[in-house]
Amino acid sequence: MQKVKIMKHDEIIEILKKKIAEEIISQPNRKILSDEPLVSSGLIDSFHLVDLALIVEDEFGVRIDDTELNSDFFNTISQLADVITSRIKK
Amino acid sequence: MIKTFTDLLLDSYQKYPDKNIIYLIKSGFPDQRISYEDLIKGSANYTTELSCRGIKPGEVVILVLQHGIDLIYAYFGCILHGAIPSIMPFLTEKLIPDRYRADLASLIKITKPSAIITYSDFNYEISSAVGEKSSVREVILVEKISVSDKFPTFLGADRNVKDIVLLQHSSGTTGLQKGVALSHQAVFNQLESYQKAIQLKSDDVIVSWLPLYHDMGLIACFLMPILLRIPLVLMSPFEWVRAPYRLFTSISFYHGTLCWLPNFAYNFCADKIRDHQLENINLSSLRAVINCSEPVRWESHQKFFDRFEKYGLQPRVLATCYAMAENVFAVTQGGINSVLTIDEIDLDDFQKMKIARQASVGNVKIKMVSNGRPIENTQINIISEKGKILPERQVGQIAIKSNCMLSEYYKRPDETERSMLDGWFKTGDLGYIAGGELYVSGRIKDMIIVGGKNIYPQDIEYIAMKVNRILKGRVVAFGLFNEKLGTEEVVVVAEADIKNNNDKEIITEIIKKEVAQNSAITLRNAYIVEPKWLIKTSSGKIARGANREKYLKELNEAK
Repeated sequence: MQKVKIMKHDEIIEILKKKIAEEIISQPNRKILSDEPLVSSGLIDSFHLVDLALIVEDEFGVRIDDTELNSDFFNTISQLADVITSRIKK
Repeated sequence: MIKTFTDLLLDSYQKYPDKNIIYLIKSGFPDQRISYEDLIKGSANYTTELSCRGIKPGEVVILVLQHGIDLIYAYFGCILHGAIPSIMPFLTEKLIPDRYRADLASLIKITKPSAIITYSDFNYEISSAVGEKSSVREVILVEKISVSDKFPTFLGADRNVKDIVLLQHSSGTTGLQKGVALSHQAVFNQLESYQKAIQLKSDDVIVSWLPLYHDMGLIACFLMPILLRIPLVLMSPFEWVRAPYRLFTSISFYHGTLCWLPNFAYNFCADKIRDHQLENINLSSLRAVINCSEPVRWESHQKFFDRFEKYGLQPRVLATCYAMAENVFAVTQGGINSVLTIDEIDLDDFQKMKIARQASVGNVKIKMVSNGRPIENTQINIISEKGKILPERQVGQIAIKSNCMLSEYYKRPDETERSMLDGWFKTGDLGYIAGGELYVSGRIKDMIIVGGKNIYPQDIEYIAMKVNRILKGRVVAFGLFNEKLGTEEVVVVAEADIKNNNDKEIITEIIKKEVAQNSAITLRNAYIVEPKWLIKTSSGKIARGANREKYLKELNEAK
């Protein structure tokens, strides 16, 4: 069981990395680290936070409320993947 | 007789104390209703505090607060006291505090405020920007404001109609140093003309998410409704950008009739709202959605209309306005109870000859959206570089003259003088007039407008120049229109003595990061070029336009 869950989490991270690089920052070759700050670093600006929510909704069927779209709630891909994983399970 | 904001506010309070004038939307909380009684009482607490702290009428007070109830009360508290409020944009997540402090310090240096109102949590930031020997005598913290039912003397009522009532700044180091000073009279004259232009009625409801430090938000969607007793539904830009659908749920719930948006918001709303967020929404109450503060794009209007037609949006609601803080707000208004005029012109003649000729069959054409006609008591001329008045359909600089112009750029006689010509204000925008209607086509100034926000390229260049390995003075920043976003994006081209592509990418990344943290702008690209790539003018300045063309050409060739 444990293994399946880890796989899933890693998969989510890979999808997020790809989508963010391609669709949000428009730099498909840019490698984004799992623990790299996204919001506080300015990599993703406020106009693109909603894109992130839409990607999560489309890819994983998980809804991120607008009150959660800030760096207190998640600031890295890894943290965002945690949120997604916990909601997929429910 | 009503001659000041204070007279008008107190008159509303006496006649309609229970009338709800603001509905404040905050996600996760019930909507907050603010009546005139609430507004005057809430604001009076600030007036009392200003008075106790020895702040005098006519002195500038800077407000460093987030959009919400504190900002509203603090703003009117200043007005009722006769002090001059000026809103400083709040620190955003990605802007580094050092940069913010430097901007604040430069604002303080020019406008010489006597007080700053902010939160306890922010006191440290403010105090370190203030420094010794500053004009700032008091830092007032909202948490320490005492609540009382006893009204102070509202000294704002003693102000002269020609006195300055408020200051407006655009953001960035350069923008903050150029505060537009407006008198009571100028604002009243603008509202008098503008309410006729939009046929404002007592049953209108204005819905807005716009920032209050910008003229469109401050005048059209804050002061106008509150002074003229039109209900206002207000949400913060911070929340709207994360949940654009809330604008529509609010319009539907409160039967909103009027809404002002910058061009990019038409694209943003059309692209980023899902149908499941709009269940049972009805937009048929809207009588005008007014595109303002960025060049209006026909494609953006079309996209917006196509997306929201099924929710009851009527085609006649699409309207436009050409506005600037220097005229308080509106210069022209188009599309109220009439369909906007679309002018199809020959692209080639337009670009090469600077003439907007009506399109002939077979030629490449572009659709220009009319900004309508001048509002009452505002005149427009299109002038050549030498200041000569140009005939219809010739493209030139837009100059305006009105009864609601700025008093001055606050404490900047140099800037004031530079922008005036025989009583006319030179806007720096380019356009033409056809059939008495104004079409705005671009800018003389290098200013870039990103999402309705004015960006001065020199601010961005200054930041990029400080990056290691970038050659001194060899940086240029300019705007590029992004069709998908419906707004401009900023590109930096910088010279560095670097051959290795990997190293170039690293420097690109550093410039992007520095610009984001120091200006809150996300760059489209930071393009690293070899030394001597950039084109200079004969006077030795880096030519932004020419380098923009060179960049585009090089990018196209690379494809």
